[in-house]
Amino acid sequence: MNETTVIELKHVSKRFGRILANDDVDLDVLQGEILAVLGENGSGKTTLMNMIAGIYYPDAGEMYINGQHAVIRSPKDAFSYGIGMIHQHFKLIDVFTATENIILGLKDKGRYNLSEAKRQVRAIADKYGFIIDPDKKIYDMSVSEKQTVEIIKVLYRGANILILDEPTAVLTPQETETLFSVLRKMKEDGKSIIIITHKMHEVLSLSDRVAVLRKGRHIGTVDTKYATESSLTEMMVGKKVTLNIERTEPVNPVDRLTISDLTVMNREGVKVLDHISFTARSGEILGIAGIAGSGQRELLEAIAGLQKMSEGTISYVDPKSGETVDLRDKTPMQIRELGVRLSFVPEDRLGMGLVGNMDIIDNMMLRSYRRGSGIFVDRKKPKDLAETIIQDLQVVTPSTSTPVRRLSGGNVQKVLVGREIASSPTVLMAAYPVRGLDINSSYMIYNLLNVQKANGTAVIFVGEDLDVLIELCDRILVIGSGKITGIVDGRKADKEEIGSLMTKTVSFSEGMVR
Amino acid sequence: MNIVSMIVAAVQQGIPLLFGATGEIVTEKSGNLNLGIPGIMYVGGISGIVGSFLYENSLHGAPINPFLGVFIPLICSLFGSSLMGLIYCFLTITLRANQNVTGLALTTFGTGLGSYLGQSLTKLAHSETPDISLIATGSLFRKSFPVFPEKIRWLGNILFSYGFLTYLAIFIALFAAYFLKRTRPGLHLRAVGENPATADAVGINVTAYKYGATIIGAAIAGLGGLHFVMEYLGGLWSSAGFGDRGWLAIAIVIFAIWRPNLAILGSILFGGLYILGVKLTGPIASIFGAGTTDIFKMMPYVVTIIVLIISSIRNRRENQPPASLGLPYFREDR
Repeated sequence: MNETTVIELKHVSKRFGRILANDDVDLDVLQGEILAVLGENGSGKTTLMNMIAGIYYPDAGEMYINGQHAVIRSPKDAFSYGIGMIHQHFKLIDVFTATENIILGLKDKGRYNLSEAKRQVRAIADKYGFIIDPDKKIYDMSVSEKQTVEIIKVLYRGANILILDEPTAVLTPQETETLFSVLRKMKEDGKSIIIITHKMHEVLSLSDRVAVLRKGRHIGTVDTKYATESSLTEMMVGKKVTLNIERTEPVNPVDRLTISDLTVMNREGVKVLDHISFTARSGEILGIAGIAGSGQRELLEAIAGLQKMSEGTISYVDPKSGETVDLRDKTPMQIRELGVRLSFVPEDRLGMGLVGNMDIIDNMMLRSYRRGSGIFVDRKKPKDLAETIIQDLQVVTPSTSTPVRRLSGGNVQKVLVGREIASSPTVLMAAYPVRGLDINSSYMIYNLLNVQKANGTAVIFVGEDLDVLIELCDRILVIGSGKITGIVDGRKADKEEIGSLMTKTVSFSEGMVR
Repeated sequence: MNIVSMIVAAVQQGIPLLFGATGEIVTEKSGNLNLGIPGIMYVGGISGIVGSFLYENSLHGAPINPFLGVFIPLICSLFGSSLMGLIYCFLTITLRANQNVTGLALTTFGTGLGSYLGQSLTKLAHSETPDISLIATGSLFRKSFPVFPEKIRWLGNILFSYGFLTYLAIFIALFAAYFLKRTRPGLHLRAVGENPATADAVGINVTAYKYGATIIGAAIAGLGGLHFVMEYLGGLWSSAGFGDRGWLAIAIVIFAIWRPNLAILGSILFGGLYILGVKLTGPIASIFGAGTTDIFKMMPYVVTIIVLIISSIRNRRENQPPASLGLPYFREDR
């Protein structure tokens, strides 16, 4: 390998208000290598990379690009040094074609010439093995196609150093493999690639070296071939952690929720869910796997009484009386009045789950506001509950009266999950409950789900990390484009099997992508 | 009232609307919803009147210089409406004021300013009636192509019986359509209106594009006011001023689904409907009775609502307004 250093950071620090996001970081990137930057949430990975890409400007420290002192104040400056970053949230214009997005913001050398630009886009795609249609509109594209556009956009500007911020978070295992093979080709071409991730197996399979950050500090950079999963985790967290999710055998499972032929249409009349049938049992975690936007949200919302169904039944078996009730076309209020203890942790925490501008106590009251005498609400019990949750789940907050939007993502999620399990539900649905959480918080959430399972709750868990789904769930239901493509046993399943089920019947119709 | 004079009247009535609609499309493509267009068109008209009034009064009976007679009102009109656009930009882009409130305030302001200046000029002119008449300037603006041979006079009337501002309006609309679709600055402008954060990230100067498009848009719209007072009325400012036509221009923007070339058709259609009520007599008018004029004045808005319904049902992303229309943009500074 060529040992030339292309980027060298010296004593770089960045502060946001009272928070020190990066503290005296030294880091170097070599030519033609893939460097993984690993760290928990809030460890300063993205901030550090944003400084290289010109989004932020460091408070202290120096940067050297190809041995020369560099001052990068904007993404434009970064491009002039050959640095391009692919952000987690794509910056693309929906109604433009791939080519129009790729050439956006550049100056023409001669006349404005779209067909010449298209030719160049195709040339880049062929060189590295991308598959792209230069005339396709962004709104017709899948997430992985959009990512391809972003990467080509950076290459088109002649970047030699690419930074990717959690590029695999939204991809299927197959798409991830394709991306990795493209990245390896770029590396052979002499380009340097920095990849931010917290998926350990990807770090080990893809990178040449790993830089570990913890609490804004650079803990160390190691060669991947000498690293193991546990050695890296220890560097990341600062102590030894056990990364095994305990999976107990379901105790005495009985059918709790039986869904049959559930069909949901979206506003355009496209079937988002197409004759879904399955059973959720008590004392069991049922995982739901699928590409984002395959109908997971609509499924959970239909069960929770938030989504109109065009066909099908949802029958709930009452654990005490053994009677069966149909939940179809009931509002959330009616469902509760039937004595069904259904809890729902939606993926949109601050949109559907909690009210960001209200404090923890008020958010607790969203579930209990009808108790109390007359027109007066009872604030005592929600206050007790808020304090219990803060203590039991180790929520970091100045007080119970802090607006929840000021808490970090992990703490917001703890408040939401805490509230939902406080009513000792018989059915608990959680959509992407660990999205954006660090390792410690994630494992705390997994444990909470396991406690619910042990209490005899039927848990439905929509996840995106297949490794976690396989380790945590008793059964995994896979949906692709609104249809069930398979139900597999979590103890026997492997990732490739689930991955191929996820893409089995994918045909992206317009309504599906949105 | 034959069909030829009907078409001619529809075009004359539609051209001010076309200026307004083209100006508003250019503005909206940058993400600014400028509801001040009716007021800006008022200001464009009265600024031209003020310029030409001062020029004609300075002549003291000497013959009017054809170049200055056109140039002075034109520059005054462009200056007045650009200034209105600049005020809008400063409030909504720099100070991040609400676009709807700012726009409506400018419309009220522009209408009031127009009436005020108009009445002041009437006093200065010691006129008996409450209007100003600048016939000499008006005739310059009305100057049309030589008359066609007798046989195809009707064709000549439809195509060539207008003043230069009419042809300028159509040229600007066609050029704007070309600019938006086929040039790089056009691509960048559309990007700013769709997603300013993305445009900013690739190094497009969002503020400059928004200021530029909004001020140029206001200047174009102001020419609509100038056309109305100079070419349509022939150099006349009455207390009614430009009336409520400015809102029609905004309706045309929706009718034309943000395409300046379609706005040409839309403005002639809307202009036709607008005057149909005024000119229509005889059996058809008697069906509608006394409210004929009002019913036909209403028609363009009914058509606009129908277009809105159709484009919502078809739900093509290209036919929707720019995605960030009406939203302020500022870089998130943490």
